[in-house]
This record gives sequence, structure tokens and C-alpha cells, in this order.
Amino acid sequence: MRSPTYGIIPNIAKSIKSDILLQIFNNMCRVRYFELGLIEAFKEKIFDKFVYLSSGQESIAASMSLVIPDFMIFAQHRCHSTYLSFGGDPVALRDELIGLPSGTSGGRAGSNCLQYHKNNMTMFGHHGLIGENVPFGVGAALGSGKPVVCFFGDGAAEEDYVFAAMGFAVTHKLPVFFVCEDNNLSVLTTIDKRRSWSMTEVAKGLGMPAVDITDDPWTVYRKTQELKDTLPAFINIYTCRAYWHNSVGTDGPPEWDRFKIVKDELIKLGMGKQIEEIENKIKTSMEQIWDKKLLQKLLKK
Amino acid sequence: MGQKTVAETIKEITRKHLTEDNGLLLGESITAVGWVNNTVPDCKGIIELPMTDVAGAGIAVGAAMVGRRPIFVIRFQDFLVLNGSPLIFFAAKIKELHGNCAPVFVRAIAAENFGPCHSGVLHSIFMHFPGFRVCSPMTPGEYEKIWQDYMEHDDPMIVSEHRASYKNTEELNDVLEKNADITLYPVSATRFEAVKAAQMLKKEGIICNIINILWLKPFELTKRLIDPLTETKKGLVIDPGHEIAGASRSIAYELMYATNCKVGALGLEDKTKCLYEPLQNKYPDAEKIYKAVKNMI
Repeated sequence: MRSPTYGIIPNIAKSIKSDILLQIFNNMCRVRYFELGLIEAFKEKIFDKFVYLSSGQESIAASMSLVIPDFMIFAQHRCHSTYLSFGGDPVALRDELIGLPSGTSGGRAGSNCLQYHKNNMTMFGHHGLIGENVPFGVGAALGSGKPVVCFFGDGAAEEDYVFAAMGFAVTHKLPVFFVCEDNNLSVLTTIDKRRSWSMTEVAKGLGMPAVDITDDPWTVYRKTQELKDTLPAFINIYTCRAYWHNSVGTDGPPEWDRFKIVKDELIKLGMGKQIEEIENKIKTSMEQIWDKKLLQKLLKK
Repeated sequence: MGQKTVAETIKEITRKHLTEDNGLLLGESITAVGWVNNTVPDCKGIIELPMTDVAGAGIAVGAAMVGRRPIFVIRFQDFLVLNGSPLIFFAAKIKELHGNCAPVFVRAIAAENFGPCHSGVLHSIFMHFPGFRVCSPMTPGEYEKIWQDYMEHDDPMIVSEHRASYKNTEELNDVLEKNADITLYPVSATRFEAVKAAQMLKKEGIICNIINILWLKPFELTKRLIDPLTETKKGLVIDPGHEIAGASRSIAYELMYATNCKVGALGLEDKTKCLYEPLQNKYPDAEKIYKAVKNMI
């Protein structure tokens, strides 16, 4: 089932307005170029703490954020894409990662524990126990009545409390969107070595609508539109992380490179010039954020 | 407080919180058989959780994060081991890490004589982790006070209740005797036993002060605690939890360090609490306290 084309709606890009296509690409660029700057700074030993990179997986939040921008967010540890796509300030994220008081949590929490409560965005994370954000999100929906999106990985999906919280959401008909960013890896152990069952089938068994798709952003966009009105709902999205479980190393190229696939598709759709402008603009702004001299000044190194 | 019991006080506080303050109460099997020893009112705002101990605590923490100040009922304190994860790793850390809060009021209920996994007193574990307020009210007035404290702060609170207190209507005041031989510092249900033990010892000419410990964390070494000890030179901290690395030894250490007086600790032996005698490993009763004091004097 897992593939770069699984569940893609044929010709879906042509049915979505061009400004949406470009906005999704814009979000993907924010994540990709933010993290390229981060990687350089890490390699330059500007900072040395754990980081959990979203590159490779950025299409999911990039598209969902346009459909459910006002949902309360309960993110997983690999959450830079969620943060940046839903409107988080990249400067505050950089400052959090390098431990400055101007960071999202005053430089105390770091990459995998992000929270953000500004710019009409409410984002909670977890503190390192994968999947614990799911019962928190369900409790927040219960307590507030407001819609919630919970992001988690395929490893976290195996945590017993995730399953139990999803069941509770069904029982109480809570407006929670459960999103599994399925990169097939728990550290480096693949799903086939960990379990024989499908989380999507489990979600269906609990009584909520559930689908499996790949991380084609336009299919994600459409499926999010469909499911957001039938909550609680579950969506399992096959994707590929480009870097290690933590830190900035790689084990070779990922199974597929969604960023490149999206770019190629947009060029085929005649948007080459627009995406080049977007990419260059964001690349420049992220290079400024991660400028080495600026960082040294900020850190007084 | 009149003749109101601790159980009635809890019920009254809960009813007001749920009906007037938009509060929530969550727990497993809380509206069945006895409504948790008649401490849960029949009103709106009650959420029956499925038997999902870790997720259940997480759901309560999530409700706290959006301002509902949930009361989370744990019918037996041993279940705190399962439920502790979201409380310890998230609710108690959120303030220091992010500057916001998840104030859950955890009613952790202790009991005795229910065997290996239903008779535990685990408040010591939560004293160990930063971010909690931990208390053990045994009287109606104390319960009112700790509730007020919870509503005035934004920290998660572990309320170490004990079923032995539920029918109590009396306030337990400190006992300060002239020329006392020892100062007792009982915690939780051992407070009722310490009163009995002091009476037994008095018959043998051994005079005891009794200083009640309500707050386990923050634990403040006030004059109320220190002055009687500096007079008697000997003290004994008594706790219904396990003694090793538990509240009794921790508090005894603090008192001893502050005063240079000899302070003993009396808690559970390092054994499992079995269901039947003689292996129940009961919490320190009057007889055990009596013996411990005699050994110290």
C-alpha cells in the first residue's frame, strides 16, 4: 500500500485554485528552507541540542493548514512543519532551537516540545512521550467544544493511550481530526517489524471515518475538506522523513521526494515562474534568519 | 463546620464547582456503587471515563489546558502508577517549560485492607517530581482549605485522600504538651492513629506533641513544626506509605537537618501489602506508633 501515489485523486491539482496550489507550495518552502538553514547552523556548531526535522513530510501540514487554520493544534515531536505552516513565526522558532529567551517557550523546551499561542494560533505539543498529545487534544476538545487536530507518527499510533483516546472521541462525538504522519519508521524500525495491523482499520473499527493516502498535498487538501465536517475522523498519510530520527544526518535519499514531485507538477501546470519567485523569496528570508554572523551576535559567541 | 463529614464536604465542593464554576469531574466508575463513597454528587459536568488509565489522565489534563479545572478521581492510589504519566510528564512540567498551565485536581484515594494493588499510598512519588502541590487533608476544614488553595493557584494538585477520613467530622488540631518527650508528625490516616497512640503512651508517662502534616509539597519548615521539636529533642514522622524513599524519611530528614534533633521515620515495611494477616503490612496504627516511640525514648 505504501507508495508515493497511493490514493491520489486523479488530476486533483487541476481542480484546486492556483492561489491555493501556490500557498501550499509556499508553506512547503518555509519548512524546507527554514530547516536547510537550521542544518547549516547545526553543522557549524552554533547549537547542539536535539532537533527533529520535518523536511520530507512538509506537504501534510502545508496543505491541511489551509483547510483547518482555526483548529487547536496538538502536534507531535516532528512539528516544525506544523508550526510554520499554521502560521508560527520562524524567528521565534529559531530562537527556541538555539535557547534564547525570545523563543516560543523562552528557549526552555526545544524542537520537539513546541507550543505557540499567538497570531490566532493555538498549538500545544508533547514533552517527548510520543502520542501523549492525542489524549490531551481529545480532552481539550471535550473541555472547550472547539475543533482540534492531533498530529502523530505511525509509532505513536501504537501507544495504547492513543487508541483509547480515539475511542473516547468517538463515544463523545468530539470534533477531533486525528492525523497520522506515517513515515514507516520508529527510530529506524519499520512498521512491518512492529505490528501486523493497520491504524486506519482500527479507526474504522472504532466507528470513525478513516482513509489511507499518500502525502500528495492536493489530495491531502481535498480529503481534509471532506473529513473536517465528519469529525472525529482519522487520516493516515504515507510520507518520508528526509533526516534521522533526531539530528541532521541522513541514511541516503528517502523513498520519495515530495518536494521535488510537487515542484515538477506545478511546472507542468505552467506555474514555473511563480514558484521560482516564491522559492527564491523564502530562501532569501530564511538565509537571513539563519545568517551565521547574526546567530553569533545573538549568542554572543 | 458542624457535623459535616469529609465525604459530604467533598461532595458539596464538587457540586458547586460543577454547577456554578463550569468545572468537570472525570473518573472511572464514579457514578456506580456508592458514587465513590458518596463523595460524588449527581449533577451535570460528570464524565465517566472508559477503563483507560493513561488516556483518562491525559484527557483530564487536556481539559485542564483549556481552563475547565477538572477534578480527576482515582479510586485507588495504586492506579496513579498508570495515570501518572500525563500528570508527571506534562501537567507538572507545562508551567516551567511554557509558562502556561494544566491545573488538575487529582483526588487520589487511599484505602487499607484491599490487597496488593488497592491499598497503596503513593503521594511520596509525587513529592519527588517538580511541579505538583501535594497535600493530604483529613478533616472537613482542611479539605475546604486545600480546595481554596487549588483555585488560587494554577498547579496540578495531588490530593492524597484516605477512606479512613471520609466519616470524620472533627478538626484535628495540633497537640502541644508541657514537658513533652517526643513530637509526632503524622500524615494522612496515621493522624487518627497518632492520637490513640499518644493516649496509650500517656498512660505510661510518655508525653507526645502531635503536629499534623497537611501539606507535603510545598513543605515549609515553619515555627509550628520546628519549635516543639527543639523542646522535645526527639521526633517521629509517621506516614501510611512505604518508608524507604518515602514521605516519612524525607520529612524526617528535613526536620533533623534543620534542628539537629533526632527524628525517626515510620512508614510501611519494604514488603508487599498482602490481603490477609499476618502479611497485610498495614499502615502504622496506634500499636506500631506506640512501639516506635517506646524504642526511641
